[in-house]
Amino acid sequence: MNVQQKPKTNARVEPLMGNEAIARGAWEGGCGVAVAYPGTPSTEILETVGKFPAENIYAEWAVNEKTALDVATGASFAGVRAMCAMKHVGLNVASDSLMSQSYIGVNAGLVIVVADDPGMHSSQNEQDTRLFARFANVPVLEPADAQEALEYTRLAFDLSEKFDTPVIVRSTTRLSHTRSPVRLGEREAVEPKGFVDDFRKNVTLPAHARANRPKVIAREEIVGKFFDESPLTRFEEGEGDVGIITVGMAYSYVKEVLPGVPVLKLASSFPLPKERIREFAGRFSRIIVVEELEPLIEEQLKIMGIPCEGKAFIPREGELSPEIVRKGFIEAGLIKPPKKKKPAEPEIVPRPPLLCAGCPHISSYMAVRAIDARVCGDIGCYTLAAIEPLRAIDTCVAMGASIGNAVGLAKSGAEKKPIVATIGDSTFLHSGIPPLIDAVVMKANITVLILDNHITAMTGGQDNPGTGVTLRGEPTNRVDFVQICKAIGVNWVREVDSYDLGALYQAVREATEYKGVAVVISNRPCVLDPVRIRGDALEVVQETCVACQSCMNLGCPAISWSDGMYDGHHKVKIDPMLCIGCSLCAQVCPSNAIRAAKKD
Amino acid sequence: MGSDTERDDVTSVLIVGVGGQGVIMVSKVLATLCQEHGLEVKQSEVHGMAKRGGAVFSHVRFGRHVHSPVIPAGEADVLLALEWAEGLRWLHFLDPENGTFISDVRKIVPPFACRDRGRGVAPQYAKTTPRDVLEKVSVGYALDATGIAAKLGNDRAANTVLLGILSTALSFPEQAWLDVIERFVPPKTREINSAAFLAGREWVKEATVPEGEVLPVPEVDTVLKNVVNRLEITEEWCKGCDICVKFCPERCLALNDAGKVVVKDANACTGCRLCEMLCPDFAIRLHKELPAEVAQ
Repeated sequence: MNVQQKPKTNARVEPLMGNEAIARGAWEGGCGVAVAYPGTPSTEILETVGKFPAENIYAEWAVNEKTALDVATGASFAGVRAMCAMKHVGLNVASDSLMSQSYIGVNAGLVIVVADDPGMHSSQNEQDTRLFARFANVPVLEPADAQEALEYTRLAFDLSEKFDTPVIVRSTTRLSHTRSPVRLGEREAVEPKGFVDDFRKNVTLPAHARANRPKVIAREEIVGKFFDESPLTRFEEGEGDVGIITVGMAYSYVKEVLPGVPVLKLASSFPLPKERIREFAGRFSRIIVVEELEPLIEEQLKIMGIPCEGKAFIPREGELSPEIVRKGFIEAGLIKPPKKKKPAEPEIVPRPPLLCAGCPHISSYMAVRAIDARVCGDIGCYTLAAIEPLRAIDTCVAMGASIGNAVGLAKSGAEKKPIVATIGDSTFLHSGIPPLIDAVVMKANITVLILDNHITAMTGGQDNPGTGVTLRGEPTNRVDFVQICKAIGVNWVREVDSYDLGALYQAVREATEYKGVAVVISNRPCVLDPVRIRGDALEVVQETCVACQSCMNLGCPAISWSDGMYDGHHKVKIDPMLCIGCSLCAQVCPSNAIRAAKKD
Repeated sequence: MGSDTERDDVTSVLIVGVGGQGVIMVSKVLATLCQEHGLEVKQSEVHGMAKRGGAVFSHVRFGRHVHSPVIPAGEADVLLALEWAEGLRWLHFLDPENGTFISDVRKIVPPFACRDRGRGVAPQYAKTTPRDVLEKVSVGYALDATGIAAKLGNDRAANTVLLGILSTALSFPEQAWLDVIERFVPPKTREINSAAFLAGREWVKEATVPEGEVLPVPEVDTVLKNVVNRLEITEEWCKGCDICVKFCPERCLALNDAGKVVVKDANACTGCRLCEMLCPDFAIRLHKELPAEVAQ
């Protein structure tokens, strides 16, 4: 690979989002291959990488996180620095490769960026990636702001090569999505090392793995010593005899609440700089650990025989905030409760996120709801169909789980309703194909509804193998869903336009009546991405609206109550700014009161 | 332990609204302005689930040195709301002693608030009026920014009217604001946005409190309110086509083992008549009856 020097960009300071800073750090660190599967809050990392010159860095949306890690690892084998990025639950998918890669180590630097979501702003759990780091015995770096995000990512490549291990950089939603000033640096010129033909290292036969295992254990001590000597482990002097040990975003909350407290700021929760910690603990009569989510540092300190407190005051669940840390410090007796006027009580109007006006998922779930089926849902925008008014999903677990769940429901013999699995295009390609093979081979009596909106929508519109476009916007091969299903052995496949409600009702009904695996592909592009779809708005003729509110069942954000009443009920109106004219409401209106809006 | 001097130096502005309203644009204008004045700025928002129509917020904190990117509850110096109920949702973030509350009185009623289909119900929207809020906060402005913007020719410039109000609570010069706004709005709307910004600054000088109810409660005849819905099903005419069962918004109907429609949940019926209108065989009729005690 030809790694070129970019024009001089000396000491430029720019406000960057944490994710943008991570991407910049990878670029500056000489990364040559970057791969990801989109997932909030990690998505913008690869989107930003895609803006750097293609001749310097290859960027790809992989089909799933495991593939992303495998592709990055391949580049590392070839001697080119590589990074893969994912959200926390994505690491579950990639973990199979990670656990073994830890034994193999690296050739060129291999960095895995994982963005956790404490507080579950946009996730189904709040698992702590730092536990995975310890589990896999790989170092984890935890930046506290965008500047550190850049520096730590850059450093991660050096550490990876120095200690012959993949390195995890752990972000969180707050870091990933906070914009703060960052000093930009130059891209490091890193020459590819070339493949190293080392059979004992690169091939994990049991005998080789047994030989590597002691090295993996010893690495913990060696990397811990590095952090002992590194300036990244920072002692900040302060007043009082209570010392705080903290890491990552929690550090900023500690400094916000108690700017003058003595702090040992770590760069990593694993492996720990044990000497520095012992030295710090020796200076204070009391040690409090402030860390987000799991008590990883606290537990290691206790194993080291250092008395400390942490989760007694700082909750294990949810995202931390200055007020939560302050509350913890008050309980710990570090500060007195402030004598401030009580803040005003809020009045909460429920405003859950909605499927968009014209969203093609709406009709798919109207059709599923109409047959009174047991519906296994999956991960994507369409999970929103689980809430009122569609209320059309019975289960939702994890990426690709819907089809396997449906097979289990069918094979249990205990479910009398028709069984339907609903899964989006990107999720189907991510991990829906193996369970569909299972369903076909086991002759499960289920219907699979593939919601093909031609994009990975939930994360903001990324391309996937079904779109035929790469991350850099170049045309490429695309997979054909009908062909995939037929190749697997599904005999009943039908593709339907998502805006044709009648055809969808019919297809879903016939599919559930079919004995065996039936696949309905509900096909319409997302209204937001890759292009915002606009059409002529519809309007409700107030004179003929009978206030049955049948259209309100769609859960369309453009439809709400008007001031008019019929028989004591609210008539409805359509917001012309939101409506794109998909016509689903007109299709369900019993009194033909919905028509194209008159133009002025 | 510790000193507050560093923290007192930091200004916190919380900007809130509904997805698609331009919360992020407003916060970017402020962040850029601060940065150009040599201040450290941290701007924090959450992406993902907040698709169109959800509640959106953005924390902007600036000063010589900023630690936490999120504003501690009860410590926002300014709460700027692009929509009325969103301002109320975040009210507890405002510093109760010195905070400034700025909100458009524009109401975006979510479809979620229109779920109760009983007769004569009001949408589940905020009941708190501007006067209620302004009594609780230290400094408060509630205005029809959308109306002001519409008068200038583009109701989408409401955000800029609110920026005009915000500018009076902070110490940056007027021209600096105008320069930054110009860079963030579409070229064609520059003039209107500048006018909107100045209109906001002008409005503050004679700020008034909008009067009246937040949302009028619909007037419904007390007789109608007491009506009881009774569904009459003519079993011989029903062929079990299932249309009424599928379309009932409240899901009160079901098919029995004989394939005939039955009322599963009579209390859930709101009397919308959808089943009556859709039945191809005239097998369902809705009777609206008054209980004996009301009828007298």
